[in-house]
Amino acid sequence: MDTLRNSARCIAFCLPLFLFLCARPASAQTQNTCLECHGSLDPPLQVTAEQFARDIHAQKGLTCAACHGGDPTQLSMDAMSKSAGFRGKIQRNQIPELCGRCHADSEFMRKYDPSLRTDQLAQYKTSVHGQRLAHGDTRVAVCVDCHGVHDLRAVRDTRSKVNPLNVAETCSRCHSNAEYMKAYGIPTDQFFKYSTSVHHEAMVVRGDLSAPTCTTCHGNHGAAPPGVGSVKNVCSTCHVFQSQMFEKSSHKAAFQAAGLPGCVVCHSNHRVVHPSDAMLATGPGAVCSRCHNPGDKCDRATATLLRTLTGLDGAIKDADQELAVAESSGMEVSEARLAQDQARDSLTKARVTIHSFRKELVDQDIQAGLIIAAKNLQAGKDALRERDYRRVGLGVSVLAILIVLLGLRAYIRLIEQNPKSSSEVSS
Amino acid sequence: MRLLATARDWMDERFHWAELAAPLKKKTVPLHKLSPWYFLGGITLFLFGIQVCTGILLLLYYHPGANEAFESVQYIMTRVQFGWLVRSIHSWAANLMILSAFAHMFSVVFLRAYRKPRELTWVSGMLLLFLAMGFGFSGYLLPWNTLAFFATKVGTEITGQVPVVGHAMMVFLRGGEDVTGATLTRFFGFHVAVLPGITVLLVLVHLALVQYFGMSVPPGVEKRWEAHPAEARQMSFFPNFFLRELMAWYIALGVLGALAAILPWDLGTKADPFAPAPAGIRPEWYFMFMFQTLKKIPAKLWFVDGEVVGILVFGAAGALWLLLPFFDQVGRGRGRRFILGAGLFALSYILAMTAYGYLAK
Repeated sequence: MDTLRNSARCIAFCLPLFLFLCARPASAQTQNTCLECHGSLDPPLQVTAEQFARDIHAQKGLTCAACHGGDPTQLSMDAMSKSAGFRGKIQRNQIPELCGRCHADSEFMRKYDPSLRTDQLAQYKTSVHGQRLAHGDTRVAVCVDCHGVHDLRAVRDTRSKVNPLNVAETCSRCHSNAEYMKAYGIPTDQFFKYSTSVHHEAMVVRGDLSAPTCTTCHGNHGAAPPGVGSVKNVCSTCHVFQSQMFEKSSHKAAFQAAGLPGCVVCHSNHRVVHPSDAMLATGPGAVCSRCHNPGDKCDRATATLLRTLTGLDGAIKDADQELAVAESSGMEVSEARLAQDQARDSLTKARVTIHSFRKELVDQDIQAGLIIAAKNLQAGKDALRERDYRRVGLGVSVLAILIVLLGLRAYIRLIEQNPKSSSEVSS
Repeated sequence: MRLLATARDWMDERFHWAELAAPLKKKTVPLHKLSPWYFLGGITLFLFGIQVCTGILLLLYYHPGANEAFESVQYIMTRVQFGWLVRSIHSWAANLMILSAFAHMFSVVFLRAYRKPRELTWVSGMLLLFLAMGFGFSGYLLPWNTLAFFATKVGTEITGQVPVVGHAMMVFLRGGEDVTGATLTRFFGFHVAVLPGITVLLVLVHLALVQYFGMSVPPGVEKRWEAHPAEARQMSFFPNFFLRELMAWYIALGVLGALAAILPWDLGTKADPFAPAPAGIRPEWYFMFMFQTLKKIPAKLWFVDGEVVGILVFGAAGALWLLLPFFDQVGRGRGRRFILGAGLFALSYILAMTAYGYLAK
């Protein structure tokens, strides 16, 4: 009986202690004493609690120890002892592998974000950055250079350095630094050119996140310049029809024979400006004349194409102008206005078909657009004629009303002159 | 002329036309410097007639339905011969009719034409004005354009704020929880059947009361005439006043034609119930003073919802306004002064809030 009572006492004392000890490590995982010292240190050792709280890893419950090792539950310097597994500052050449310990582990990453890819490390190793790092060049970009460190945000966060809106600027921190890039012998004007491009405008001005930025063409973790043969494939991921037309054109073989990379020959690579019909002309924006001689067969064909394109463009503008005048006069021309979009579509289609460099194909689109524009111009003219007709009608009606009014007035005077039907009657 | 006389004789033989027309010949209209205000009621009636005629013509081509209403109005304006004119006149006449009804109402208030024994003439006239506003509200949605769609949404939402019965009223007006094609067919029904039926009956009652009591003489003029009976002047209604009224109608017709030809009523873009509400949603001008008040009223007044307070105040003010003549004899001239003050306040408030609604960003 005594034994039983003692056992019960023992369980009653030990069970709470056991539960306390079991619970303790779980709470210790989120205890991060590192920040208490590092928050007050000077840069680069400074990491404040506010800064770290913004970090996606901190938000997921990870502490400094997840990367740097050590024991963040201790307040003394023992926290950074070798025995506590402290790794100290991570060397640049070790960073990709360190990040990869978790980010290349699909089993581990599934717990946090099952949709996140886990091939970043493998891709990085194929990139120019990764290959150079493997050969001992520690000046190349590693994970933290692009993603940041200690206040690393999720990619979808617009404040993240690798959010599509910020990628170009992040890349430019190294690639636009002439001093830093001197050793690599590559241009440093890519960001400047990109920032004047139609792609940058779409991304930054219009906020279109599907617009291309550096990583769209060059890849992100597997970053490498696209080779001559693959440039067209990069562009065709978005510009499908232009690519299909180019495939059918005589230029494809000619470019291949000359070792030219395709799209970028005419449109440039980083500075892809708004394409215009002037590219077919002989002025400053012209591109055909870079290869073709004035007056040759191709030059004459280009001049014809330009003439038809500007012809349709002019026809659409004429119709627009006429319809605008009619609309401002209060005429109902919304059907013709809507049909103008079809004419504009034909012009856009013709500009896409230009990439086939086949006049008969371009002509089909041009003719379709010209017919619609002519119809709409006529609708505008008819509306203005109708407006004039209405105004004449109004004038005639007002005149008729005035005559009736005068007649009524005269009749009232006439009958009121007669004493029998005078207006006033005795009350 | 001979043919006309023969026809008149023919009618007279059978229906004793001369006897029927006798009261009309005897009818007189007081003649004084404020007599021109008498024209306003007739002009409103004339514009109502225009509404009936142009409305019937529009009915020949209009299709009530979310998928066809806009297109049918577009068809009327672009394909139907003089369809643009009929539609523009219908829209402009609606606005001018409400304008002249408002002017008629305030002239009655300031000339004290509502006073005994014409109290019911005032009540029937006020009910006609409410019906005219109902015509405007229901007709505004019929072209099914963006502005009308969202204005109706806002308007019916305001109805939904009325305590207790608000939600049921909103569902009844909308034909469901939202403004949909069901709302359009419902509004069409109100606009072409329910409201015209009630309006025609009330117009007949209003005209019968005007005929029965005759035209009111402003109190100042009446006092002078009582003191000096020799100064009292009357004009025969037919043909003298009628011909003058006819001139006023012709002028209204000219204004209407000019507005329709120079500023044809805009159709806008087709309503898209899934699109976000465009900026600058506002109701027709005659609802603007109420809309602007509800917009500016604080969200909470003490512990009550501000909009609900606004609706209740407008409701109470409307009810008091309807019963205005019954306050005329209260106290020794206090009721009269109250009515004059209320009239001046109502007129300035409507003008100021309407202007604020259009000028405020």
